[in-house]
Amino acid sequence: MTDTQLPWLSLLLLGAAHGVNPAMGWLFAVGRGLQTRDRRAVWRALGPLAVGHALAIAVAVLLAVSLRQVLPLRGLRWVVAAALLAVGVDGLVRHRHVRLGGMRVNARELATWSFLMASAHGAGLMVLPFVLGAAAPAPGGMHHHHTAPVLAAGAGSAGAIGVTAPLVHTLGYLAATLVLAVVVYEKVGLRILRRAWINLNAIWSAALIVAAVAAIAM
Amino acid sequence: MARLLPDPTFYPSPGMAAEAPAESLAYVALLTQGTNGKKDALGVVDADPASPEYGRLVGRLDLPHGGNELHHFGWNACSSHLCAFAPNPHVERRYLVLPGTNSSRIHVVDTAPDPRAPRLVKVIEGEEVMRKTGYAAPHTVHCGPDGIYMNALGAPDGDGPGGIFVLDHETFEVKGRWERERGPQYLSYDFWWHLGHDVMITSEWGTPNMVKDGVNPELLLAGKYGNALHVWDLKHRTHLQKLELGAEQQMVLELRPAHDPRRAYGFVGVVMSLADLSSSIWMWFRDEVTGRWDVRKVITIPAEPADPADLPPLLQGFKAVPPLVTDINLSLDDRFLYVSCWGTGELRQYDVSDPTEPRLTGTLRIGGIVNRTPHPRADGRALNGGPQMVEVSRDGRRVYLTNGLYSPWDAQFYPDGIRGWMAKIDADPNGGIAFDRDFLVEFEDGLRPHQVRLQGGDASSDSFCYAE
Repeated sequence: MTDTQLPWLSLLLLGAAHGVNPAMGWLFAVGRGLQTRDRRAVWRALGPLAVGHALAIAVAVLLAVSLRQVLPLRGLRWVVAAALLAVGVDGLVRHRHVRLGGMRVNARELATWSFLMASAHGAGLMVLPFVLGAAAPAPGGMHHHHTAPVLAAGAGSAGAIGVTAPLVHTLGYLAATLVLAVVVYEKVGLRILRRAWINLNAIWSAALIVAAVAAIAM
Repeated sequence: MARLLPDPTFYPSPGMAAEAPAESLAYVALLTQGTNGKKDALGVVDADPASPEYGRLVGRLDLPHGGNELHHFGWNACSSHLCAFAPNPHVERRYLVLPGTNSSRIHVVDTAPDPRAPRLVKVIEGEEVMRKTGYAAPHTVHCGPDGIYMNALGAPDGDGPGGIFVLDHETFEVKGRWERERGPQYLSYDFWWHLGHDVMITSEWGTPNMVKDGVNPELLLAGKYGNALHVWDLKHRTHLQKLELGAEQQMVLELRPAHDPRRAYGFVGVVMSLADLSSSIWMWFRDEVTGRWDVRKVITIPAEPADPADLPPLLQGFKAVPPLVTDINLSLDDRFLYVSCWGTGELRQYDVSDPTEPRLTGTLRIGGIVNRTPHPRADGRALNGGPQMVEVSRDGRRVYLTNGLYSPWDAQFYPDGIRGWMAKIDADPNGGIAFDRDFLVEFEDGLRPHQVRLQGGDASSDSFCYAE
């Protein structure tokens, strides 16, 4: 594993971690399949879910990259850390009562739901520590960190980061969502929710707080 | 505090909920008659046959006031929290939310840590409910995926329109009115939904001014009480359709949608037909071809001839006792529909496997305006009131009945005063019902039992997003 691969792998795995959460979409895909008695509905949900999730990540990344134009890196890290901390702490102290749709949604509504669900949970924010080095010193400069930021790892321009980082992340998200949706729909059944749906929101919130620390320390 | 795993009383589907362990406690709303000096209460009844206190009142929480006219109440959270579009599965089902139809006050009761000794944790005064919602006389509670839904009979001035408002299911903050566009809807009574179809159904009784003094014969004979259903877009909170049942059908009350989220039909009870005093059950359904909703009558229960001397003044001129169907309940497998005839003192069980052709599969009698049928445990002693609120356990094996309806109606139909009782029925999975001879709770004079909620959920507390 080289320093140039590590941040991409991190983004990919982080995407998979998001996809594992039933609240991020695979359960919705299964629910649509069960409601319509049609396994194709499960598959048809995957595209819109992925598009929505990717957009949520892209918006956060592009916002950070744009902010980088006016803020010094250190300042940007503090802004991101503060945002991560706020969303993380908020998630720990109260539940969100997200009402973003119903059971019967078209592709656009499902993508919008996925976008809002990911955004509300700070999914995009969580990715930022991995891309925060957008204007960090070039490789071979003063400091190589173990989890080197994506751009510092030589990924190219800020614009390219805004596209490639969400895509890599979403690849991980889509893989996890697809596997879980199909396996639960075809084999396991929803009874598993009662035993296995651990409170990922609490873990997620804790992860946001850890990411806040990472954003500063990185 | 959030749980690590989903609340174990939440089930993805009605089929899984039917496998739940049997309830060991039943909570029952106990209300005082008007202002008799007593306080309203939440009673806790032991429902565990293995317990030495089986069939007895084992706990009681007195509320700060009497005269609230407690009617329907419900849990803060339930199986709908597993719905994918608004998941909140780690919220606990532990709070019972009890609105007072007369006071507009909302009580929040914590059933943990000791389920036999519930504690009052919050009272939202009627002024606050009215100020934040524009509604008064809250009546029915359902735990939705994204909040506690509650309906109200009317406006603060006692007229209409009635409607629905939403509370946060953890802070119990009143969040405001639900409807964005109500169309022709004015009267309100019950509400429930088809989560799988993003559709809400509401029914019609009368405004607070039309019902607070009991059944008004002039309004009744003029057909002014509710006679329609309303279909709503649950997602966009807008009115879709009004379903008319006919001018002679008066007071369209309890709604029981099919629990299977794939099914798009349900049942509603009508108290009285002006044509012949009969009660009826109607089925609403969505036409698969047009996508429109429609309604048809599937059960008629006739009035029974009676000697005017045995009847209260309101009914003497009719020489008949009307069934007065005031509550119905549908088992979680959508197979059996229970129908309470509060006037004749009969509980009926119908097999509604084919909802268009219900089959009568069981019947028994207790109380009744004329019959005063005793309970097997009451040694031939006449009981008054009749089967009113009916609640079915999650597995469909047990059915609980109470006899109090609504203080002003109680006085009109049972002028000797309701002496409160709660009975339990055993239901055969293949049809048929019989009294549990060991279960009859008789409450102290002046306290009337209304709705029953079973610990962990029952057949009218939860809604489901999955049909597996």
